[in-house]
Amino acid sequence: MTVTEDAATLAPAKEVGQPRRRKEDARLITGRTTWTDNMVLPGMLHLAVVRSPVAHARITGIDVSAAQQAPNVVAVYTGRDLAEEQGSIPCAWPVTADMVNPGHPSIAVDQVNHVGEAVAIVVGRSKVAATDAVELVDVDYELLPPVLDLEEAVADGADLVHDQLESNTSYHFVFDAGEAGTGTDTEQAFADAEVVVSRRLVQQRLIPAFMEPRSVVVQPQGDNYTMWSATQVPHVLRVMAAMVTGIPEHKLRVVAPDVGGGFGGKLQVNPEEILCLLLARRLGKPVKWTETRSESLMAAHHGRGQVQFIDIAADREGNVKGLRVRLLADMGAYLRLITPGVPALGAFMFPGIYKFPAYRFECDGVFTNKVPTDAYRGAGRPEATFAVERIMDELAVELGMDPLELRRKNWIKAEEFPFTTVAGLEYDSGDYEQATQKALELLGYDELRAEQKRRRESNDPVQLGIGFSTFTEMCGLAPSRVLGSLSYGAGGWESASIRMLPTGKVEVVTGSTPHGQGHETAWSQLVADQLGVPFEDVEVLHGDTAVAPRGMDTYGSRSLVVGGTAVVKAAEKVVAKARKVAAHLLEASEDDLEFADGKFAVRGTPGASVGIQEIALAVFAAHNYPEDVEPSIDAEATFDPVNFSFPHGTHLCAMDVDTDTGMVKIRKYACVDDVGTIVNPLIVEGQIHGGLAQGIAQALYEEAVYDADGNLTTGSFVDYLVPSAADLPHFDTANTVHVAPGNPIGAKGVGEAGCIASTPAVVNAALDAVRHLGVSDILMPLTPERVWRAIHQGGDGGDRATAGTNAYGGAQTESTAGVSTPASSLGGDR
Amino acid sequence: MTSINVRVDGMSYSDDVEPRTLLVHYLREQLGKVGTVVGCDTSNCGACTVHLDGQAVKSCTVFAVQADGSEVTTIEGIAEEGRDGALHPVQKAFHEMHGLQCGYCTPGMIMASIDLLRENPNPSETEIREGIEGNLCRCTGYQNIVRAVQQAAGEMSGADTLGAQA
Repeated sequence: MTVTEDAATLAPAKEVGQPRRRKEDARLITGRTTWTDNMVLPGMLHLAVVRSPVAHARITGIDVSAAQQAPNVVAVYTGRDLAEEQGSIPCAWPVTADMVNPGHPSIAVDQVNHVGEAVAIVVGRSKVAATDAVELVDVDYELLPPVLDLEEAVADGADLVHDQLESNTSYHFVFDAGEAGTGTDTEQAFADAEVVVSRRLVQQRLIPAFMEPRSVVVQPQGDNYTMWSATQVPHVLRVMAAMVTGIPEHKLRVVAPDVGGGFGGKLQVNPEEILCLLLARRLGKPVKWTETRSESLMAAHHGRGQVQFIDIAADREGNVKGLRVRLLADMGAYLRLITPGVPALGAFMFPGIYKFPAYRFECDGVFTNKVPTDAYRGAGRPEATFAVERIMDELAVELGMDPLELRRKNWIKAEEFPFTTVAGLEYDSGDYEQATQKALELLGYDELRAEQKRRRESNDPVQLGIGFSTFTEMCGLAPSRVLGSLSYGAGGWESASIRMLPTGKVEVVTGSTPHGQGHETAWSQLVADQLGVPFEDVEVLHGDTAVAPRGMDTYGSRSLVVGGTAVVKAAEKVVAKARKVAAHLLEASEDDLEFADGKFAVRGTPGASVGIQEIALAVFAAHNYPEDVEPSIDAEATFDPVNFSFPHGTHLCAMDVDTDTGMVKIRKYACVDDVGTIVNPLIVEGQIHGGLAQGIAQALYEEAVYDADGNLTTGSFVDYLVPSAADLPHFDTANTVHVAPGNPIGAKGVGEAGCIASTPAVVNAALDAVRHLGVSDILMPLTPERVWRAIHQGGDGGDRATAGTNAYGGAQTESTAGVSTPASSLGGDR
Repeated sequence: MTSINVRVDGMSYSDDVEPRTLLVHYLREQLGKVGTVVGCDTSNCGACTVHLDGQAVKSCTVFAVQADGSEVTTIEGIAEEGRDGALHPVQKAFHEMHGLQCGYCTPGMIMASIDLLRENPNPSETEIREGIEGNLCRCTGYQNIVRAVQQAAGEMSGADTLGAQA
């Protein structure tokens, strides 16, 4: 969309829908910020973490004596010192009753299971002193063979990540539509099918790479503790940290001050958060830990990491008959907060927008000697969308059909909403045809197809491809009862309260904790409309469990849909309470009052009115209010949705592929997203842009690569390619609006849409450009090296050159020489 | 320890620093100029960008001792002097064009953009994208940052050709 006018000049009748500039910006553009690492407290000590340089080993000895004697070092702790009190990092999502969870120490005691795992902590009077002394801690490791490849990890006789377990499989999760009663028998559908297409697709590991490194400060005050953390989830963190450490929940306050991005990467109970709490308790002093970028890439959780075996059944006319998915999902070395749940969340989205009569999903959660995976923007849904959008293209090729025609033949029609899918989800509203038509126009589809034909006929070295992704996603996490049925450990409600201050100003408390999304602005718009007060008169408070005591925080495109609705419901209660006071002050019946533009007026009596902001002062003074009510019009509300919301859209990518060099370049990217009602078009467009950047980055640039020994070779921003402005195209974005029926705002959620939809559009575009040259798959990211090899040598482009080697030369590091297996030295990046 | 004399955002400071101290750590830890932030350890992200004698530098790639005798300007010192609440045109444009979300890269991005416009007052979209490629943003996908730089270029050259349309 295009923002054409300044909101202020429009004198808006309604705030919702206005491109309000953000309230948050004032402090962020001037450097008056409160990042956790900015914090300095009297007597504060600094922590530095000694991390394992090997992927899998027994710890046979740790000598901390030299570090202890280093200048300005206060103490050094090993896992042994903290073993009795550290408990286990919690996993809130046991997806099956028999899921195996080996436990997750915050600091290794006897054994390390991934490079970057904490083995000792140095406490210093300054960060420099602590960091210097890290080099002085001497750890002896007895090396064990690293388990790195998912398919090898589940093979018979595989080495074990956790030798006390029977296998590397944590769980086997199955959803079978036939058994669930939401579809027909899948095996039969495949047996009867005229056409079956099968593919093995790879979802590489990604790193969330939020710009603000993680940082934690803990201040002990007697038996009370305050933790400031760069977290998305202060409320979840408080509950979990209390359970892990035994510090009573009411003695622990958690604050998320300004937080510099999360993308799921800060939806976690981090080992370092627990360690800071334990050491602040032990030392009785405030402590701070801030990670380096290298630590972040190595030790903060990763995302994705799946091998997908997907089969699609259809008839010759292109009617889909069945879908079968088997996943190997990389858990990494341990289960963190929702590690096992991420692929399970995707289980229900593989059918996408298509009317499959039969569907079966199976997933093995597999341990490897890598840092744990967990939520990353989309969490399960990008993986599912990628698989179904890729396999639809493969089926189209098999059938000789236009990929758009195949999609159109099978997608849910506008008049069929609400539609219950084969996975049992009730899609709420939308029109896939309308979004697609609009996207085709935005792209200039016909002209690009004509150019593609010309280039193909002239055998141009630069070939053009067009890729589709017609997607939906499941947002607004989440209905608490549904989460319960999926064995998730908590609910998905959200809380809000509204305080009417004596001067008529309004404080809105939200349990949904922002880290860049613009809650302060959007919530102000909602409240301004609901209460009829000026946008500027609203202040939104969040992110501190002492200020906003109840909340479920921000993830899963839930904030506006669930948290915003809680705000609206609280505002409705404020108006209802104010109505009683207004009736009393105006000496009128409540039924005769009309509430509009912030004023209660007596119907048919011009001039008899009182404003809601005046009522706030009246109940503060409390000299004159109804007998049967309390002198307050403040209110709070908790909203628990009954269904998810389902944003959808059509994303189109036009891609140039240089067949001589393997270089790919996005020529044009057009997308039309339906996210329901748009509260702030500026914020919605920004969320789409950011999502696109991350989804495109998965397709073209990013991959967490481990070498044959389990070293992360993409351990800095030199090697892990977060795209720059020069790496990304201009995006042409637009919207259709089909209001979500499940919440009074009508919003569906926008935070993840761009990230979920874009990856398959980009890969499909590249394949469309070179398929006539015999290429049917290229592994992500589509590096020039891989694209060139796929074109000139066949296959899927293979591993990256660095995959089986150490980033700094040689196939093996000195420390791990002799433990690489022949198989792993062939390439351990997946 | 080495003695240095530096002017930062218009104030003069005399301090002793370790020779290995990076300028960004001096700014944050000794001067409390926490508006400038650290985003990486390999000089890739540009979050720490400040101006050293008028030129953009990544302050994690400069030793504090190298700033001895120099003038440093940070995000906290670019607004018009003496006017509380006044903003530099680039700050204003980032706000107007929604060129930030979490805001962590923003100080560096604004400082780099100011330097870009100093060298090239009327850059094309490609020149902007290439001009700020030393600064990483994870939130915005850069499109609104590009718009912001275009808007600021228009305002600073006096010709408000782009206006609110972008």
